[in-house]
Amino acid sequence: MQANFVKLPTVKKTGPAFVSTRNACKLCAPLGASLVFRGIEGCVPLIHGSQGCATYIRRYVISHFKEPIDIASSNFSEATAIFGGAANLKIALDNLIRQYKPSAVGIASTCLSETIGDDVQGYLEEYRKVHVGVDIPALIYASTPSYRGTHMDGYHEAVKATVVALACGGPRSNSLNIVPGFLSAADLRHLQEIIADFQLPCTMLPDYSETLDGESWSDYQKLSPGGTPVSAIRAMGRAAATIELGRSLAGEETAASCLTEAFGVKRVTLGIPIGIRETDLFFSAVQEIAGCELPQKYAKQRGRLVDAYIDGHKTISGKRAVIYGEADFVASMASFLDEIGIVPSLCATGAPTKKFQEIVSSLLSAGHKDIIIREDADFEDMLDICSKIGVDIIIGNSKGYYLAKNLNLPLVRAGFPVHDRIGGQRILHVGYEGTQQLFDRIVNALIEYKQINSPVGYSYI
Amino acid sequence: MIEILDARKDQIFEKGAQDTFEMTCEKVSVAGSVSQRACVFCGSRVVLYPIADALHLIHGPVGCAAYTWDIRGSLSSGPELHRLSFSTDLRENEVIYGGEKKLYAALTELIETYKPKAAFVYATCIIGLIGDDIQAVCKKVAAEQGIDVIPVHSEGFRGTKKDGYKAACEALYRLIGQDDKAVVSQHSINILGDFNLAGETWIIKEYYKRMGVEVVSCMTGDGRIDEIRRAHKASMNVVQCSGSMTYLAQMMQETFGIPFERVSYFGIEDTAEALYTVARHFHDATILQNTEELVREEVNRIYPEVEKYRQELTGRKAAIYVGGSFKAFSLVKALRHLGIATAIVGSQTGNKEDYEYLEEICDPGTIIVDDTNPLELSRFMAEKNVDLLIGGVKERPIAYKMGVAFCDHNHERKEALAGFAGMINFCREVYASVTSPVWQFSPAKNLRTRKEGTEDASEFCQAAHS
Ligand code: SF4
Ligand code: SF4
Repeated sequence: MQANFVKLPTVKKTGPAFVSTRNACKLCAPLGASLVFRGIEGCVPLIHGSQGCATYIRRYVISHFKEPIDIASSNFSEATAIFGGAANLKIALDNLIRQYKPSAVGIASTCLSETIGDDVQGYLEEYRKVHVGVDIPALIYASTPSYRGTHMDGYHEAVKATVVALACGGPRSNSLNIVPGFLSAADLRHLQEIIADFQLPCTMLPDYSETLDGESWSDYQKLSPGGTPVSAIRAMGRAAATIELGRSLAGEETAASCLTEAFGVKRVTLGIPIGIRETDLFFSAVQEIAGCELPQKYAKQRGRLVDAYIDGHKTISGKRAVIYGEADFVASMASFLDEIGIVPSLCATGAPTKKFQEIVSSLLSAGHKDIIIREDADFEDMLDICSKIGVDIIIGNSKGYYLAKNLNLPLVRAGFPVHDRIGGQRILHVGYEGTQQLFDRIVNALIEYKQINSPVGYSYI
Repeated sequence: MIEILDARKDQIFEKGAQDTFEMTCEKVSVAGSVSQRACVFCGSRVVLYPIADALHLIHGPVGCAAYTWDIRGSLSSGPELHRLSFSTDLRENEVIYGGEKKLYAALTELIETYKPKAAFVYATCIIGLIGDDIQAVCKKVAAEQGIDVIPVHSEGFRGTKKDGYKAACEALYRLIGQDDKAVVSQHSINILGDFNLAGETWIIKEYYKRMGVEVVSCMTGDGRIDEIRRAHKASMNVVQCSGSMTYLAQMMQETFGIPFERVSYFGIEDTAEALYTVARHFHDATILQNTEELVREEVNRIYPEVEKYRQELTGRKAAIYVGGSFKAFSLVKALRHLGIATAIVGSQTGNKEDYEYLEEICDPGTIIVDDTNPLELSRFMAEKNVDLLIGGVKERPIAYKMGVAFCDHNHERKEALAGFAGMINFCREVYASVTSPVWQFSPAKNLRTRKEGTEDASEFCQAAHS
């Protein structure tokens, strides 16, 4: 193994050099909201705007999950854009309720409805008034204009809106709320398994582990089964604590903070548990809430992971990686790479979030001088930077294929979306187990790359 | 069971079940439906996207651009500028104070960086609301940079995908006629409405070459700005995917007197018919003879293989749901070649005549549907007990969950389906999916096999109309 001794020039963070966005590394807000709504049992997402947004979002999400995902649209026309979307929203609700018989409808606004100033909350009040005494589904509204935020903002906004609309107080239970952030279906299942092993009752919001990664059916289902039951969401105000994953949420108004304010539910904000350090924090938080020891199973998983780190360390030591995607995902990945000896040379997110730099830096061990941290970045920026600084491996969603192809480097697919492979929803990232899988894949990608490019070839590492 | 919304009842017919066949189509989707359609912008983007040496800048918030990055399988033999996604990525401030400045800066930097032959600027929904004068910005940049900068009025809410096609045709039309110096053969054509998905334009161009017909331009598969500029020199326009490009052919006929024919390159008969249509147009003995030879040779080459597949596939039933109706016609015929009956057929954008023609070529009992949605489609598929669905990305999981085989016929496909060679690929794809052993585990498939034929779909369709 060759350690990387060359001191690379420090590229100053100057902000994007281009006015335009070239190959965006972010998506729009209603996408995040739609995912959350599909993680609620019997809930249909309704995007309030014109048809294209809903169809494009569906197509994008389906290409990752490979599952039927119905997202309705209120189908703005020219007249709607002029006179407002009240009538369309009402018709849309009527039609959806009739066809899907949902237990909830999750409405996300778009750039369009926000720009014309549609008062969706007001329209919903009206709708409820007209239907007094009639059993209508829960109506949840998230304001998600994309000119104000990315899919992650839409995601957190929708979770918050759901909790604010539905959660109630009452006698305290010993249940734990988990707001997992934008993770894979496999991640959600693993987190639930962990909490169950601590004998804690738990409500995870959203939970699309079944709805977006379900079994083969015997009959066509209008809405795929699974998701957080509305009744469980109502009970979130009585929980013992809420764990929200994503360091950028600290200090923000979130679902967890609203539960604290309204019902005094304790709020715990943690990073996404990827890597030993972040996962340790997660487990100790759960231990504290549950008031019990770490189950043997996880102690052993951790032990095996440490053992694997040692087995693989020489292959990866000093390698340089580019990581990109949602800010919180990148932050945890940076922490993980840092602890295994890979330099996260370029950490990029498409979101214009001021905190990103600070959060990522705080997770790196001292002494790293040549790491570039970029917010509001796109894939062309990343390509420019990588060409200049030189990296060995690309880790992130499948849109990084563009970098891999241009730089002729290995790509380890993680996060969302994975459009060019099967099983993106089943990639496990979190916990000791998820970290183990990521670690093996990263090490093997580097080995494979070397093997493929070796003129002689070899059959032992 | 699902309910068919009242507003949708006139968009669903079963051949032979009603006295009159009058499809209501070309209307906006019902609010609250989960339509498989996209928007005006999508229509424009689909048509112009394959022009590989042009800059495609999407003016608006980032979504519309992010979702269409490298979305289609349109190949280029040279530059690949079309595979990048450029957006002005408007933020709140620009939505309030206007996006013209940002558009100007974005266009300028991108043209200077990527040196395109021309630039298309797509207006998305927001632009229609905040009232940016993109025409003026385009004009200014064009003058400064010395290339064509063409606004495409594709605000998503201003109509349907078809209006997007129209806007794209208008954009193309601005380029046509600019290069008058080019010398082309008298036996020359433009290919309209082929997008070189998986290299299909190349297959078709090769046929024309063998026939002795010069292709002046293809709009827009493997497209180049300079070719489009001299397209008016061709003697004939051959229009595929008529839904998107007939409008351009009509404009070219009016202005330049170029006649056009509508064809399809999908399936054996339609491909042969397309080539003969062109050959006959030129009244040239050599071309006609070349064409006969070509068709004979190609058909002889693929026939034994098609026959092999036919024996395996005969007796199955299919559902078709595609974007354009012309594609649907060809598919019905191609499937018939394989002994597969079409039980359900529909499109996102067909017009009245299209549906009448579909009704004519379909077997009695076939369900014909305009702008359907997952609930309806799945219901029809279950009731007709189909073995195969032909559709796009959004339809695929519906088929799979129902234990139904699937053939991709969309803009992302990686297998060429056009021409004679494409017919073989089509057969292979259908065969590979229909005969896969995995269906033995599908609960839905097993359930259907058990109660084969016990439900009657016509009941449902009549209910929809009562
Ligand atoms: S914003 Fe408008 S143009 Fe863009 S995808 Fe949505 S409907 Fe289409
Ligand atoms: S960015 Fe806005 S307008 Fe574009 S697709 Fe997203 S919500 Fe629709």
